[in-house]
Amino acid sequence: MFLARARLCTLGSRPKFLKTICASKILGLSTSAATLPRYLVKHQSRLFREDIFQKMSLKFKNAKRIEGLDSNVWIEFTKLAADPSVVNLGQGLPDISPPVYVKEELSKIAAIDSLNQYTRGFGHPSLVKALSCLYEKFYQNQINPNKEILVTVGAYGSLFNAIQGLIDEGDEVIVIVPFYDCYEPMVRMAGAIPVFIPLRSKLVDGKKWSSSDWTLDPQELASKFNSKTKAIILNTPHNPLGKVYTKEELQVIADLCIKYDTLCISDEVYEWLVYTGNKHFKIATFPGMWERTITIGSAGKTFSVTGWKLGWSIGPKHLIKHLQTVQQNTVYTCATPLQEALAQALWIDIKRMDDPECYFNSLPKELEVKRNRMVHLLESVGLKPIVPDGGYFIIADVSLLDTDLSDMKNSNEPYDYKFVKWMTKNKKLSAIPVSAFCNAETKLQFEKFVRFCFIKKDSTLDAAEEIIKAWSRQKF
Amino acid sequence: MTKQLQARRLNGIDHNPWVEFVKLASEADVVNLGQGFPDFAPPDFAVEAFQHAVSGDFMLNQYTKAFGYPPLTKILASFFGKLLGQDMDPLKNVLVTVGAYGALFTAFQALVDEGDEVIIIEPFFDCYEPMTLMAGGRPVFVSLKLSPNQDRELDSSSNWQLDPTELASKFTSRTKALILNTPNNPLGKVFSRAELELVASLCQQHDVVCITDEVYQWLVYDGCQHVSIATLPGMWERTLTIGSAGKTFSATGWKVGWVLGPESLLKHLRTVHQNSIFHCPTQAQAAVAQSFEREQLHFGQPSSYFVQLPQAIQRCRDHMIQSLKSVGLRPVIPQGSYFLITDISEFKSKMPNLPGAADEPYDRRFVKWMIKNKGLMAIPVSIFYSVPHQKLFDHYIRFCFMKDESTLQAMDKKLQKWKDDLRP
Repeated sequence: MFLARARLCTLGSRPKFLKTICASKILGLSTSAATLPRYLVKHQSRLFREDIFQKMSLKFKNAKRIEGLDSNVWIEFTKLAADPSVVNLGQGLPDISPPVYVKEELSKIAAIDSLNQYTRGFGHPSLVKALSCLYEKFYQNQINPNKEILVTVGAYGSLFNAIQGLIDEGDEVIVIVPFYDCYEPMVRMAGAIPVFIPLRSKLVDGKKWSSSDWTLDPQELASKFNSKTKAIILNTPHNPLGKVYTKEELQVIADLCIKYDTLCISDEVYEWLVYTGNKHFKIATFPGMWERTITIGSAGKTFSVTGWKLGWSIGPKHLIKHLQTVQQNTVYTCATPLQEALAQALWIDIKRMDDPECYFNSLPKELEVKRNRMVHLLESVGLKPIVPDGGYFIIADVSLLDTDLSDMKNSNEPYDYKFVKWMTKNKKLSAIPVSAFCNAETKLQFEKFVRFCFIKKDSTLDAAEEIIKAWSRQKF
Repeated sequence: MTKQLQARRLNGIDHNPWVEFVKLASEADVVNLGQGFPDFAPPDFAVEAFQHAVSGDFMLNQYTKAFGYPPLTKILASFFGKLLGQDMDPLKNVLVTVGAYGALFTAFQALVDEGDEVIIIEPFFDCYEPMTLMAGGRPVFVSLKLSPNQDRELDSSSNWQLDPTELASKFTSRTKALILNTPNNPLGKVFSRAELELVASLCQQHDVVCITDEVYQWLVYDGCQHVSIATLPGMWERTLTIGSAGKTFSATGWKVGWVLGPESLLKHLRTVHQNSIFHCPTQAQAAVAQSFEREQLHFGQPSSYFVQLPQAIQRCRDHMIQSLKSVGLRPVIPQGSYFLITDISEFKSKMPNLPGAADEPYDRRFVKWMIKNKGLMAIPVSIFYSVPHQKLFDHYIRFCFMKDESTLQAMDKKLQKWKDDLRP
């Protein structure tokens, strides 16, 4: 039985809400009738016809492409963490200030009139030029700013454009678990089939658990490729693990892409956030890979300005042109003043790439200190963290705490969901459950892990430390 | 690559007419009356709002709520709640998007399925057709037709009308949505209440969703009233009303738009939104919120931008109409929007063989000729028509009058020279 709420609108009167009971279906109701009929399926002498009724209810139904894609972990968990008394180490949202010169550039630009109107759809000219200049330092080839770069609404928008532009119904797309949560719904929205492969950890005895201990089994990976595989989505440095794929690991992936003529969508938003002893490699620079790779970057993660929502895709023109087609049929252009400010900020740092003051160098240094602090904190309360080689997240195994979660409702939820809700409520500390980054089948493999974000100011980490110290005192 | 690279959903939608014309505008010494954006500044209060947003609280540099920056959704719910006569909840009845363009995309993707029919009224803002196709839908076109004035006076956009019988015949059991644009781009037509009632009754009869693009809602002239179809009886629950900060505050580069509608429809748009771009930029939203708060205080008063702007732009419109007449062009007087269209039939009969590709509609060849020889840029109206109808409507070009006085004066100079060239 379902309850449907219907609204009756008559000329001149305020809308009223009426409840009706439908025996078997959810109804969307047309309201041009003067009175609202009762819907009892067995009633013979009624006014309505069930067939028209079913058709009507279908009309307002969502398009098939979004069926089952309505839930979203962020919506749920950001609401939970919105309580100001909660120390929020959940969402990847820096509470540190962006660099001064980045803020200054935007301020300056806000005063320039001509930048309040539309700019070039595929990317503001000065921005694509700056991006081309920056990335040419890493690629062997020159990068045509107009044909080989597209500016999008965040890296999220680049992922969307790449998937919509290049992935068709029935295609298979390989997704490595855990994965940034939007990969699966975006692949499904394109009518394609995600094929999952988990990262697996080797046994760690005595030494610190590192994100580099988590790897793909090459044979298992090879078994996922077939003639229907259109693309593999790669994320390095990886969210949530913090893994930075090595040259050898990327070569395995590249070899398979070439063998099966597969595209590679490489999400490299954390490309600058790599810690001592590690190096970020761009798979697009490997032999045979430029022509089949879209590399995605993010202003939000590069300059700690997630609210600017600017990202970019770089790739060969025969691929980028399809992302551009999607762009001209979705948002057409991105905001002008933000793009100009980003261009100016990039020029400042492009000119001083070897300087320790360059944000691409200074931010990872700053974050490495925070990372180390987090590792120590988490260990001190009996959580088992996996030390990330890159990115600004750290995941920890919470199962050893053996916390009593019996008062948490919803016993169907994975352990980490319940743990995070319990921790938010009882410890005033929030995080994100790692099973949110898993598909249904692999959730159990990762349900004892919880993700903490450490791109936070010292006072936030101090507050987290207080909570964690008190927590560990309670245990003994 | 041996497989087809691009997804099939891109078939037939890769070409974009603007790319060619925007490129032409950037070359040579041309007065650009083509693309629809103001060449003057947004109002001071809007500029200040943006400056405030980018130099105040540094946390505005970070993500805001996915479905809209709370002060913005709050003011939109309150401001438009009054206008639409609805008790609007900022979390349920408002979605902020990347421009009205993004709102349109989100609506089509949320509701249009493979094989669904979408009724599009011609001439139409050109993205409606490819967006329908990308969603697997089938566009069904119905044209506004001119019932000309009997006398020699200039036509008004109000003379362009839908034939009720023809419109009714376009609705089938597969019709999912009808897209309405009022004030209309490129014509400038402002649909009257009676015309909207016709559309509304057909939508209700056939249980069709109405997507209404009202970006130019404040730009109405000669005392014309903009009517939102969502206010008509039986329409709120089946209407998505789209608006644009860019057109509202003359700041097209901010790319902030919105959709207003019932929860039962908006929830599907939210699903598309969270799986496409997720968040919109924070600071531009903050600027729009502050700008609306200012307008709410001044609403209906002479100091309101929504009162002052159409008054100022009407003068631009009238200036342009007089100037165009002087070279034998016959503008259609628009009731609203940034645009007017001009009949170039006389030129078509006097100089039918302008250079261009074999199948190229006359108006596109005329515009290229005009850019090259007369230093003026406009947009050929055939790009706002479905391919089968382009040859029928190839004798109009569209001018944008949302321009600074100096631009209009530059236009006058070019037209003067044109007039001089016409003298025997």
